[in-house]
Amino acid sequence: MNNRKENTSLLIKGGHLIDPAARIDAPMDVLLKDGRVAEVAPPNKIKSADEKFDARGLIVAPGFIDLHVHLREPGQTYKETIATGTAAAAAGGFTSVCTMPNTVPVVDSVEWIEWLRQPERGAVVNVFGIAAATRASKGAALTDFRALHTAGAVAVTDDGKPILDDRIMREALILGGELNFPVVQHAEDTRMTENCSMHAGARSFRLGLRGMTAAAEASIVERDVQLAMQIPNARLHVAHLSTADALKSVRRGKRAKARVTFEVTPHHFTLTDEDMRDYDSNYKMNPPLRSASDLEAILAALADGTVDAIATDHAPHAAHEKEMEFERAAFGITGLETALALAITRLHREKRIPLARIVELFTAGPARCFDLRGRGSLVRGSVADVTIFDPKKKWTFDVAKSRSKSKNTPFDGWQLTGKVVATMVGGKIVYSA
Amino acid sequence: MNPARGSLLGIEHLEASEILRILKFARRMNPDRPRPLLKGRRVLLLFYEASTRTRSSFEIAAKSMGAHTVLIQAIGSSIEKGESLLDTGYTVRAVGADIIVIRHPNAGAPYIMAQHIDVPVINAGDGLHEHPSQALLDAYTILRNKKAFKGLQIAIVGDIFHSRVARSACHLLSKFGVKIVLCGPPELVPDIASTLAPGVRVTRHIEDALRGTDVVMLLRVQKERLSGLNIDLPEYIARYQMTPARLKMAKKDAIVMHPGPIIRGLELTSEIADGAQARILEEVRLGVPTRMAILARAMGRMR
Ligand SMILES: [Zn+2]
Repeated sequence: MNNRKENTSLLIKGGHLIDPAARIDAPMDVLLKDGRVAEVAPPNKIKSADEKFDARGLIVAPGFIDLHVHLREPGQTYKETIATGTAAAAAGGFTSVCTMPNTVPVVDSVEWIEWLRQPERGAVVNVFGIAAATRASKGAALTDFRALHTAGAVAVTDDGKPILDDRIMREALILGGELNFPVVQHAEDTRMTENCSMHAGARSFRLGLRGMTAAAEASIVERDVQLAMQIPNARLHVAHLSTADALKSVRRGKRAKARVTFEVTPHHFTLTDEDMRDYDSNYKMNPPLRSASDLEAILAALADGTVDAIATDHAPHAAHEKEMEFERAAFGITGLETALALAITRLHREKRIPLARIVELFTAGPARCFDLRGRGSLVRGSVADVTIFDPKKKWTFDVAKSRSKSKNTPFDGWQLTGKVVATMVGGKIVYSA
Repeated sequence: MNPARGSLLGIEHLEASEILRILKFARRMNPDRPRPLLKGRRVLLLFYEASTRTRSSFEIAAKSMGAHTVLIQAIGSSIEKGESLLDTGYTVRAVGADIIVIRHPNAGAPYIMAQHIDVPVINAGDGLHEHPSQALLDAYTILRNKKAFKGLQIAIVGDIFHSRVARSACHLLSKFGVKIVLCGPPELVPDIASTLAPGVRVTRHIEDALRGTDVVMLLRVQKERLSGLNIDLPEYIARYQMTPARLKMAKKDAIVMHPGPIIRGLELTSEIADGAQARILEEVRLGVPTRMAILARAMGRMR
């Protein structure tokens, strides 16, 4: 790569900076140089730069971080690749994504964690590997946490499945605690959800679909929070929390100062089980769309600061895995390109949650969950990952134009407000609208 | 794509007036006096699940109207080799199917089919969801015995949770103001069942369900579905089996219905099955003209 280009400085000028970690919510110019934030100053104070980006009328934010993305590599490139998934991430304003290990084979070794980072993968944003918590995610024996941590894995999980066994979960939290390594739980008591394809409620009964009860999630979260409260330094991160009852457990853990964090997805704060029409499997994901009261509880937790992060659970699937009997269709929907707009539309415009809080949920919040140093803020010296968006721009999401390899989303054709204008990774523009 | 006109995917979204139109037409249908309304048409019977009565009933109905029928069963066909639902649909469409009658173990399968194939799709039972032709023939049976729906009360006893017959019956009868009492243990009749349609109520007590009822509909209880639940077979029989003594609690002229297959000694005794109040075989008999009406409607010939 050309050295002169590497050293080019870029001045983001005229924008409104929201950097919750630095408690900034004001007009500011930001100078990026050598892949870092060189300076943040009030308008027109920074004079010289090789290039300028006109951010007038736009929000300038630290680069967004998605803690929960299925990039499907290695092994399932017909659904997504690191190249296509990160292109979708960039279009959605994400400068960093944490990729889930439920691939083929499962990412449960140092070799695979390193493989994810190789330049041949063609990533356009930062990819952080989450390693399997147990070998081949079979739930029987822990992986080598120490080696995986050293190799750069940011967390461990058996996502797609829970870590069900009490003893294994306890061991994972103990070992994770010693290494300061978060254990990410997909909270689902699968003994209670066999053959289930949506949330258990009036709607599932009416549709003749076996339902996953809220208790199947809440009971695992309750157990894990209890463990996290007992085990010194244990770090529990609850993935895609979706029920009011699970939220109660997490609140209790946080009050007791246990190191418990959690994420919620845009679809869980936007849709309920009543929204699915005519067995459309683009409404099928795990955890499923829940009841209206669960959604209300999640909205309250987003507003009051309890939720740590918004994560997409971007789960691409090929058409032939979705266009079929609802009960047999794959779980999961894509989400990278609609996350910010759904947050602005539902949380900011409808629920009046301040933009600064929303930015926090995409930046400082997730950075804290997985200790992503130098990210999630634009204080001087941080990595020059920047997301620039127009919070007022109205647009219609057209899945045909998605950069993801898969098109499984319930949001096709939705009119949304708030659009990413530019995404910068290490000081370079990787996406511009 | 919207389902083709004439499709019958469920009762829930069917207008009451349309239901009456089908029932009225069914009354004019008689398999012993064939009418060639479907002459030269091809009716594809796509059965992903074993079925005796529904399949033969549709087959006889189609043939008595002059249609050709082709039966495709999952076992021994390309379906067993892993062909997808939609590929099977495209194939039978290409072969020249004019109507697809589908029975499937997954709820909603007929919807998926109807959204992609441009011929009328008739739901012959989808998973736990709906069984519209059964609900229509049951409605026909009730009307033959009770003249009108107005003021009626029905008790549906048994495994409601796993019953597409119950769901369709509730939707249909609710549209005509029939009072519906669902009865059984919580594992088989969850409280949420009362949200199915207006006028539906849940009770655990057979006496409560039967008192003053005009119609008793019994549903099969599969032994294997009781296993793992808090209720065992002898207990179920003790609490819910229909016996002559229990039937006395219902109205004197109450009728007993059952979508079949019946298990004597389980959900009902032989005295009930063979008794004067039973309409179980009448239901089977009325299934044919009802399905003739459904098929005629599919081809726009229900006039
Ligand atoms: Zn998960």
